[in-house]
Amino acid sequence: MEPRVLTSKKPLTLKGFFLQWEWMLVLLFIAVIVMNVNLSDYFWDYNNLRDATMSFLDKAFIVLPMVFIIILADIDISVGSIVALSSVIMADLYAHGVPMELALIVCLAVGTLCGYINGLLIVKFKELSSVIVTLSTMIIYRGIAYILLKDQSVGKFPKWFNYLGWGYVGSIPFILIAFAVFAVLFGILLHKTTFGRKVYAIGSNPTASRYSGVQVDRIKIIVFTLAGLMSAVTALFLTSRMGSTRPNIATGYELDVIAMVVLGGISTAGGKGRMIGAILAVFLIGYLRYGLGLINISAQTLLIVIGLLLIFAVSVPKLKWKGTGAKGKAV
Amino acid sequence: MKQKMFADAALAVGTGQGAATKTTISAKFAKFRELGLLAVIVLICIGVQIRNPSFLTWENINDIAANTAILSILSVGMMLVIITRGIDLSIGATLALSGMIAALTVKAHPGLHPLAALLLGFAVGLACGIVIGFLVAKVGILPIIATLGMMNVFRGLTYEASGGKWVSAHQMPDSFKQIATGSLLGINNLIVIAVVIYAVAYYFVSHTRTGRQVYAVGSNPESAEISGIKTKRILWLVYTIMGGLTGLAGVLWVSKFASAQGDTASGYELSVIAACVLGGVSIAGGSGKISGIILGAVLLGILNNALPMINVSPFWQNWIQGMIILAAVVFNALVKRGIDRNNLMRRKI
Amino acid sequence: MAEYVLELKGITKTFPGVKALDNVYFKLRPGEIHALMGENGAGKSTFIKVITGVHAPDEGEIYLNGEKVEFKSPNDAKKAGIAAIYQHVTCYPDLSVTENIFMGHEKVSKLTKRILWNDMHAEAERLLRELGATFSPKTQMGALSVAEQQIVEIAKALSMDAKIIIMDEPTAALSRNESEELYRIAERLRDRGASIIFISHRFEDMYRLASMVTVFRDSKYIGTWRVDEISNPDLIVAMVGREITQLFPKKEAKIGEELLRVEGLGRTGYFADVSFSLRRGEILGLTGLVGAGRTEVCQALFGVTGYDKGKIYFKGREWKVKSPLEAMKRGIGYLPEDRQKQGLVLQWSIGRNITLPSLEKYARRGLLRTASEAQTAKHLAEKVSVKAGSIFDLVSSLSGGNQQKVVFAKLLTADLDVLILDEPTKGVDVGAKSAIYEIISELACSGYGIIMVSSEMPEIIGMCDRVAVMREGRITAMLDRKDITQEAILQASMAGEPAPAEIR
Repeated sequence: MEPRVLTSKKPLTLKGFFLQWEWMLVLLFIAVIVMNVNLSDYFWDYNNLRDATMSFLDKAFIVLPMVFIIILADIDISVGSIVALSSVIMADLYAHGVPMELALIVCLAVGTLCGYINGLLIVKFKELSSVIVTLSTMIIYRGIAYILLKDQSVGKFPKWFNYLGWGYVGSIPFILIAFAVFAVLFGILLHKTTFGRKVYAIGSNPTASRYSGVQVDRIKIIVFTLAGLMSAVTALFLTSRMGSTRPNIATGYELDVIAMVVLGGISTAGGKGRMIGAILAVFLIGYLRYGLGLINISAQTLLIVIGLLLIFAVSVPKLKWKGTGAKGKAV
Repeated sequence: MKQKMFADAALAVGTGQGAATKTTISAKFAKFRELGLLAVIVLICIGVQIRNPSFLTWENINDIAANTAILSILSVGMMLVIITRGIDLSIGATLALSGMIAALTVKAHPGLHPLAALLLGFAVGLACGIVIGFLVAKVGILPIIATLGMMNVFRGLTYEASGGKWVSAHQMPDSFKQIATGSLLGINNLIVIAVVIYAVAYYFVSHTRTGRQVYAVGSNPESAEISGIKTKRILWLVYTIMGGLTGLAGVLWVSKFASAQGDTASGYELSVIAACVLGGVSIAGGSGKISGIILGAVLLGILNNALPMINVSPFWQNWIQGMIILAAVVFNALVKRGIDRNNLMRRKI
Repeated sequence: MAEYVLELKGITKTFPGVKALDNVYFKLRPGEIHALMGENGAGKSTFIKVITGVHAPDEGEIYLNGEKVEFKSPNDAKKAGIAAIYQHVTCYPDLSVTENIFMGHEKVSKLTKRILWNDMHAEAERLLRELGATFSPKTQMGALSVAEQQIVEIAKALSMDAKIIIMDEPTAALSRNESEELYRIAERLRDRGASIIFISHRFEDMYRLASMVTVFRDSKYIGTWRVDEISNPDLIVAMVGREITQLFPKKEAKIGEELLRVEGLGRTGYFADVSFSLRRGEILGLTGLVGAGRTEVCQALFGVTGYDKGKIYFKGREWKVKSPLEAMKRGIGYLPEDRQKQGLVLQWSIGRNITLPSLEKYARRGLLRTASEAQTAKHLAEKVSVKAGSIFDLVSSLSGGNQQKVVFAKLLTADLDVLILDEPTKGVDVGAKSAIYEIISELACSGYGIIMVSSEMPEIIGMCDRVAVMREGRITAMLDRKDITQEAILQASMAGEPAPAEIR
């Protein structure tokens, strides 16, 4: 056989570099900043911009594993409920005299367990889509939170716990640092490791991945478990920030999180997208919300904005590549 | 009984070469699913009746029927959506929006004929459904994403329309409230409307070409395309029907509870999905029967009514509903596996 | 009436990167069974799709009864009386047989447009009886066997009153008895005045049924002959393009120790009592009809699906295979049948595809080292001579043969002893085919034990040291190299009664 010489140098084209979705996000981000600056005099201020992150970064922790889930061509709509359940259990334990340190660990454990159960159900019952599995666990998890706490709210945590949501390291909010650390870790996991490569493979072609020796089931379980764990992390920051918890906290978080991921250019058909896009989208939506909040736009109007943004984000690539949209795919 | 079962099985096997001697238990159950549901309903009724004798009174039964009516109307639309392998999470919000707009209209024009209010709500729901159908069928967005997004848009619009305020009982004319409380020939209007919708739906899914095409699209989208079925149009149609029915249900809801709020029917889509999967509508698409979803809706309606009567805390209801959905879909999946296994055993290898 | 019911002139159809049909001609007389033959990838399937209006041709003309027509959609062709019965039955498993027959042309009452179920059931019943089937039209489609589903598809064509019926490899998955039944049905249809285009690559089908034969090769029209006027060797040359023996560069490999032994392997509903052994350097053929259980046996060996009976010994030790990963770790590799769905991630580059099975090798503590990854990918892609510019080219841009080479390269990344190749040359053009045979032959020489699943008689005969023939889930014959003949294989794969098993 005559060997043909192939290059192993990656071709780098300028056009390809600038045609990436992330640049679109950067432009949008600038647009949001410009709009906010024009709308409110208070916006363009370092302290303000810095502290705004404290108000929107809590759910960003879930965005990180959700990127993995959507690249797998799955979805998890139970994350809001996992936040509620782990937060409620933590608060309930503390109220019953368990030390806060222990309650905090239990909170993380509960979230992890919830995510693991999601993953296990999805893997064991392949006939069921992740939509229907996480839809039912979404109701179940929040249901347990209601059983535990009825409609009360529990609070009065120790002082040190407030530090999570309100504290600074030097002049930088603790939550921002925590998010940055997690974002780097998840980014490396997705883009630099064999695990991440396999996640992309499964999302693009699960059958071929399996035939190539990728342990599809194991990876799915790990990813959903991570989503549970990060939901619990969100629960910690959110509970600390609010100072109390109740069964209906984090309602609708799944929408925000999915909207951020999809806006970040991660395709719901699976196998495509990058972590940096989702992170840009976190700040884009975060500052958009914050800015609109400054000029007293109601929470309800924000619902509409986020909903439309989600639809917009999924429509744009479909319209560009007309006719290649996922057809006949089960939910 | 046993003989009949064998006869049925033999008929199904047809060619006879597989010899219908062995059927797995779940394959048998598939045939008797509706009977099983009915048995569960009867058992629950008996159980609750023993704990609380006021359960099976004429009044309470009527109450259950009226409550179930709205749920069952929505189940019809949801069944069609699920048959095409989709799902619609937006219906709680659509219901609230159409109910709210109808309520605001009758508040401003108390003289309006109730039928006009019904039509108005229907039209609003239809419009919502058309938008979602467009996004799913034409743009090609996954149903879960499209409906999750529009759910929030519709919910937000409901608050916008009402300015965050309620429309309460005294702001609605009696004629409007009577849509839900009035009766025709001694039967509550809600029940009448539900029965009519069921009759029409039954005719639609089993006696019209379009109705059968809905099943074809869900059963095998690719070959539906090859056999010349306009799959996109069918998809658009089912979401539109879902929207229209939801709009109608919105008016009925507001009339029945005599109040329209921003968070009306929040999360109600989950009950509707529960009714469908309980009734045997396969989440993988292609199958689902009207008789099944009636029973599913009735079972859920009875549970909702019975649980408070036997002193189950309302805080348990969420959990119970979630467990019902999960158990039902898992059960459906296991039954399907049994049937497949049964088909394999016929091959005699 | 025109001399030809259907005439196609100069049809050309190009897909991105592939010319699927190149200036193709075809003529069909009324009441004729016309065989269309060619190897896999010769363009037969695309040709049907042009006739049935699924694809519009880029160039060329279609005449129906002498009149020029243009099919814009499958519906147009359907209305013109053309029906196709596809190789892979395209049915609605959740619906009844009646609905499957009438989908798209239901009987409805004139006034109310109501579906006339009773009429439809009765008509379906009549059609099924006419075709000799005994199952009820109310049966759910998913509960039928493949042969029964095929009958439903034929009933569907009949119900449309089709004048031209295209059968795309209808006998591929049928046993001899079932094939015989199908021949009778086809003849009955012909006698009723329908014209049939019968697509197959089995000579038996052609000799039994057709009066005319047209051959395609490599997307091109080769010629049309009367069946009784062309000799078998001439036809083979027409289909394959050269003498078979020249095609196979089989070298004698040194046969070594036993690598794999399978005893009484079985999986309910798919295969049973499968026993064979494989030695180093040996190429063991596994053949039989499509659906005879060949692929299922391979998948069980590779851990994709389970098995519920029997034992597998690998290098002398019993071993239960649980997953593909485990199989690969032990030393068994699998080249799947459907390379686009099972073999490759089409959206990915050549390099990424090649390294997917062995990512851990290019990683330290889970972190990928892209330089060493690219190095390996380049090396292997060159070794199997993939024709591309760089390892960053997308595999979707490659031809079928080159894609298959990439799948081969994937197998070479791991340290394997046994390779299971499932239809390694399916959908590959002739040039690439011989390259692939060369690869296989060299792999055997370098000490791999190879199981080659194939439906292609020539490659089984040309490449294998031994051949196991399967029928209906069982091995019906085990032939040594000197005994491998077309007749022996056909005999074992088609016999009506179970042939005496010669299992060693």
